[in-house]
Amino acid sequence: MNELNNSGDTGENKPAIPTPKIKKFLYINRRAPHGTNYAHEGLEMALMGAAYDQEVVMVYLDDGVFQLRRGQDTAEIGTKNFSATYRALPDYEVRQVLVEKKSLAERGMSKADLMELVCEDEDDGAPTSLIQLVDESQLREMIDQADVVLNF
Amino acid sequence: MKFAILVNEGPYTHQSSDSAFHFTQAALNLGHEILRVFFYHDGVHNATRLTTPPQDDRHIINRWSQLAAQHDLDLVVCVAAAQRRGVMDAAEQKRHGKDANNIADGFRISGLGQLIEAGIAADQLVSFGD
Repeated sequence: MNELNNSGDTGENKPAIPTPKIKKFLYINRRAPHGTNYAHEGLEMALMGAAYDQEVVMVYLDDGVFQLRRGQDTAEIGTKNFSATYRALPDYEVRQVLVEKKSLAERGMSKADLMELVCEDEDDGAPTSLIQLVDESQLREMIDQADVVLNF
Repeated sequence: MKFAILVNEGPYTHQSSDSAFHFTQAALNLGHEILRVFFYHDGVHNATRLTTPPQDDRHIINRWSQLAAQHDLDLVVCVAAAQRRGVMDAAEQKRHGKDANNIADGFRISGLGQLIEAGIAADQLVSFGD
């Protein structure tokens, strides 16, 4: 999370754009977590959006479902294992993590292969999983409802 | 219409870097407003003034600088992505004790919040990437 705080963001050259409203930002993650940096930097952007008190919906589709795979170990490829950062999603008040069913099944995985992302239920405080399995038509509906769609 | 533009790929490798420029230029010519152009991922390489393409090719970096000067465009390079890839302005150079900086005219380095802010304020955020 240090990268997010290490922004040096002064914005001194231009006046800030006024940002009064809450929008629904939907992040579509379609790539494997390692091999390219898209997943890592996409997650950083999503957390930043959540820190700005915007509604954030995370979508994992195609090889993107590997991003949530539990027990990732990058020691052999010598890259940073940023998978623990996904656990920050509940802390940033992200409540919707959607995983496309077919993508998961095609890769021989089920929800049990995914890391646990939990928050406390608003009513009874019981631990509740953020991860919902959705099909393509549900996903299409979510994309239609979003104000800003970003693909990584 | 108010647009925010996100550029996710580097120059000369990906068409999306050219497409982002052409879209921005066309939108401005049609009288639309470009709130901000934000460079992320390898897109930060669109902002280095050391780029020296062959003379018979387009100069992607200078093209952005010129467009920014003409239209007072806000071209913002993500600081975290820039640090990873060695794109620096004078302030970043000083902060990290480096011996050079390379940011082109018309670009500035700032945080990811600048993209989120632009996404909130714009009618449409248009991303260019693979």
